[in-house]
Amino acid sequence: MAVEVSTRETYGKTLVELGKQNTDIVVLDADLSSSTMTHFFAREFPDRFFDCGLEEQNMIGVAAGLASSGKIVFASTFAIFASCRCFDQLRMYLSQMRLNVKVVATHAGITVGEDGTSHQAIEDLALYCALPGFTVIVPADAIETAEAVRLAAATYGPFYIRLSRPKTPLVYQENYHFTLGRAVTMRQGKDVTVMAMGIMVAKALEAADILVRQGLECRVINMPTVKPLDEEAIVKAASETGAIVVAEEHLAHGGLGSRVAQVVARERPVLMSFVNLGDRYALSGKPEELLQRYGLTAKNIEKAVRTVIKSGKPRAANKAH
Amino acid sequence: MLNHIKISAESTPEANIFDFSVPKLREMAKRLRRHVITMTATAGSGHPGGSLSAADIATALYFKAMRHNPQNPQWQDRDRLILSKGHAAPILYATLAESGYFPVPELSTLRRLGSRLQGHTDGNLTPGVEMSAGSLGMGLSFGIGVALAARLDSRDYRTYVLLSDGECDEGQTWEAALAAAHFKLDNLTAIIDYNKIQLSGWTRDIMNLEPFNQKWQAFGWHIIDTDGHDFNQILAALQEARNTKNKPTVIIARTVKGKGVSFMENNVKFHGKAPTTEEAEKALKELE
Repeated sequence: MAVEVSTRETYGKTLVELGKQNTDIVVLDADLSSSTMTHFFAREFPDRFFDCGLEEQNMIGVAAGLASSGKIVFASTFAIFASCRCFDQLRMYLSQMRLNVKVVATHAGITVGEDGTSHQAIEDLALYCALPGFTVIVPADAIETAEAVRLAAATYGPFYIRLSRPKTPLVYQENYHFTLGRAVTMRQGKDVTVMAMGIMVAKALEAADILVRQGLECRVINMPTVKPLDEEAIVKAASETGAIVVAEEHLAHGGLGSRVAQVVARERPVLMSFVNLGDRYALSGKPEELLQRYGLTAKNIEKAVRTVIKSGKPRAANKAH
Repeated sequence: MLNHIKISAESTPEANIFDFSVPKLREMAKRLRRHVITMTATAGSGHPGGSLSAADIATALYFKAMRHNPQNPQWQDRDRLILSKGHAAPILYATLAESGYFPVPELSTLRRLGSRLQGHTDGNLTPGVEMSAGSLGMGLSFGIGVALAARLDSRDYRTYVLLSDGECDEGQTWEAALAAAHFKLDNLTAIIDYNKIQLSGWTRDIMNLEPFNQKWQAFGWHIIDTDGHDFNQILAALQEARNTKNKPTVIIARTVKGKGVSFMENNVKFHGKAPTTEEAEKALKELE
């Protein structure tokens, strides 16, 4: 079993490191700093930390005003509130004005767990990817999280970085360097490609381990930058492996799967299959139970791979649930 | 080229180059009102009513109270006006053009394809425009961020936010009202163009704001209730705001929608409808 490290704790600690290097870094939160882990920064730099209370819309506006005055602003809350609660604000201030604000949201997806439907951000990628100018990143582990946060601070423009509540298995070595907009081939293979992001990367690798024993060489690609997409890697995978499975902790529409399919359809049509949450909300439960219940498992990826290789037409592997 | 990175200008001490007397301010306000009529009539659409009601406030700010330099729109120590009521773009454009941010003839391009003068303000396209607006209720939050940045950088510029009464229906305005008082932002001044008419009718009928002053007071603001068409009163209010410490100030400026043109005054029809050619001619005659 791989070592599990909290991505949000890594975020909080990386912010402190950045705050020491650059006095223009300002951090905002919406009464969740002990959960988003911005409280590390608040403790270290109280003058550059502003708790906006439960005012997510106002927080994005305050972030915009600070950014327009030259600050590099990190704004954090849970992913559900950072997307659905303040979408017009993201659009008007950050997307339209292309301001230098980094929304780093934690507790994304169904793995937020027991809090249930109201807290499970499973449409956030569709919303953020719809906004012109936004860079959208879903790190696969803590090492990639630290890299993504540093890169966001150093790159002008609005960013969305999506993190989870539970600890995440490490899939990278400490010397890993994240390149914006580049997919990462985690495992070579010629028979089929599995593309994933976030917590599904570890599960894709697990599935590939099982598949290789059945004689299927599965290429595993991590797509941490959901926008802009690494189209070259997608076209290459389609050309060289002839089939693509996309696995994500998100609804069927508007996430990584939709975005990859658009490129595949335009550039190099091949059969695809999708492992995602379909078109419905999930309920309360323990993170691992929910992943099982809603089909976000290595087993389901494995099933999707076999489907896409054997079948004459693409179909959702987790329809049965 | 878009000027969307607004942090390039070096800070240099510059004196306020606009110091109009009250008679000159009156004259300028009239000129700006004429621009509003011509611009919206030429465009065939737009929001003249709320531009006319805010004309004296905008004039007082740009031609007397605010420290700014049209030759250097990104000057870091400039006082900022954030237009939250984005539909009043015509009065802001007229003010910016007359103070020298861009050529006055450009005003006739309002709302045309390819123009820098968008139907609602665009913070990246137009020199002197601080924020994109048009979805209401967003200016005050942005103003808080700008005012906090001044505090962090020990700069003494002031941040003004011009709001409509209608956008005080928006929840975000009150989120910001709480936050500005919480952060004790005495470098932030909200000015409410209280013309009492929103798109569909009188504010008291659509969504009553009263008791308005008491609401702001309860949120922790210093209140100044003033006549939004009397320059002496507006300037005195702005001075009082500068002198008020430890809390933000809201100037509740009592205005008349469509002010300056008899048939547009208090006429809900001209909230979001441009004057026809005949109406514009008549209006311009009144504003001579």
